[in-house]
Amino acid sequence: MPRVWKFGDQINTDDILPGKYAPFMVGEDRFHLYAFAHLRPEFAKEVRPGDILVFGRNAGLGSSREYAPEALKRLGIRAIIAKSYARIFFRNLVNLGIVPFESEEVVDALEDGDQVELDLETGVLTRGEERFLLRPPPPFLLEALKEGSLLDYYKKHGRFPGE
Amino acid sequence: MGQTLAEKILSHKVGRPVRAGELVVVEVDQVMVVDSIAGSFFKRLEYLNATPRYPERVSIVIDHVAPAANLEVAKAQKEIREWGKRLGIRVFDVGRGVCHQVLIEEGLAQPGWIVVGSDSHSTTYGAVGAFGTGMGATDIALAAASGRTWLRVPESVKVVFRGRLPKGVTAKDAALEMVRLLTAEGATYMAVEIHLLDGAEGLSRGERMTLANLTVEAGAKAGLVVPSGEILEMYRVPDWFYPDPDAHYVREVEIDLSALTPRVSVPFYVDNVHEVAQVKGKRVDQVFIGTCTNGRIEDLRAAAEVLKGRKVAPWVRLLVIPASSQVLEEAARDGTLLTLLEAGATIGTPGCGPCMGRHMGVLAPGEVCVSTSNRNFRGRMGAPDAEIYLASPRVAAASAVAGYLTTPEELEETHA
Repeated sequence: MPRVWKFGDQINTDDILPGKYAPFMVGEDRFHLYAFAHLRPEFAKEVRPGDILVFGRNAGLGSSREYAPEALKRLGIRAIIAKSYARIFFRNLVNLGIVPFESEEVVDALEDGDQVELDLETGVLTRGEERFLLRPPPPFLLEALKEGSLLDYYKKHGRFPGE
Repeated sequence: MGQTLAEKILSHKVGRPVRAGELVVVEVDQVMVVDSIAGSFFKRLEYLNATPRYPERVSIVIDHVAPAANLEVAKAQKEIREWGKRLGIRVFDVGRGVCHQVLIEEGLAQPGWIVVGSDSHSTTYGAVGAFGTGMGATDIALAAASGRTWLRVPESVKVVFRGRLPKGVTAKDAALEMVRLLTAEGATYMAVEIHLLDGAEGLSRGERMTLANLTVEAGAKAGLVVPSGEILEMYRVPDWFYPDPDAHYVREVEIDLSALTPRVSVPFYVDNVHEVAQVKGKRVDQVFIGTCTNGRIEDLRAAAEVLKGRKVAPWVRLLVIPASSQVLEEAARDGTLLTLLEAGATIGTPGCGPCMGRHMGVLAPGEVCVSTSNRNFRGRMGAPDAEIYLASPRVAAASAVAGYLTTPEELEETHA
């Protein structure tokens, strides 16, 4: 069952992937192995595909480096729940096809190490007998996510959603 | 109701009046790509089976690790030169400088333009009235391929700087004070609209770049400085290019420049801003003067003024990295460079330098750096426990001489 990896407020993209481990520094095939290298060195080894990342406020602030969320995608992360997002990070998640959920209550309720199930389309999250409902992403993003990512959407349709 | 400057610019781009909150797709005037993500940029173009729609609107800058620090980087940069030639894209190679400084110098950001860059500090272009915003590799590739991008028309926060800076206080101190007041998330998804009044309109283009640059540290999508002063002489500013007096702002903040004192941002958060007087005395191992925030000629001159006739403390490494080749040339011509060298500075290749901890001054465990850059996040410049204090070039220079965090004024008193 997917587990929750919970982090605090103001987790920046240097935390998610330090600049010195950028793909063009360490190689396209290796950079994801350094996700959270400073903050939680065990993360990249122990994370399993489908696990859920949980952040507090202003998740992903700082550098525009898309390879930070890309490292998470490589490791199998498909959804993030945060209290709020920094804007470039939010765009990058959508572009890569990682679903960015937003909820103060659910973030407060979840603990690091929790075993959960999350339905990405309905936003239904279950922990044992408990059920939480996450608001699904807005239509523009949902349309893009249906094709996988905004990149996939543009490739298929030759335009942006709603254009 | 009237429009903010962000609403005005985006309305003119879309061809109809737009309001904060709307999603719009706009034509992009300039797409800026940096070396560190160029590989991802090319891969995404390949995936889309596309080439840039308007190659002349795309610039690639080799600045984040320049010159190449290892084999991987060297290969990536070789690829940039090959792709640049093949696609007819402008490439600014090793030594030309930091992307934002280079684009401004080259006239590739103009009032009313939409400039998207694969670097978060693309807000810098707002100094000349361009709607500059940072994005990731996918957005940048899509912008290059389509010539367009999607944006949510941002709400705006109005920041008014009033009066003149006292001697010894700089635009960096003003910018840090702005980030303190707004906080690291106070302008998320918004434009910061900067008004310079009652003497503040005298701020130079370079000083305005410092202000616009740091708006992203408050989460801003764009940092737009309302054109005034020398900008009106340097650029063709359209008549419509001003916010309406009855525009709506989410929040208004006033900063009295004449009452400002030197500021420092204390690790590990940029908005953790204090007066230098409150944290002075911290022992320093390295001082870094440079970057898109403070690597311009006025910054090097300010540092040289403090360093003239003095020596850097024996245990301090002073790294000066001009923001561009033009800055370096100017510093060589007017004697600034010699003053810096005589004080004991090491001069690096124009570019980003050690700002993001990749080369040219990576910090060892436990080390302390006073830096004129823009981020003091944990591990940003090297070891996770190394500390970065963000300050102005004057404070950085004084700290290099003293060997501990201090101001030029304190330095005078100690040595008097």
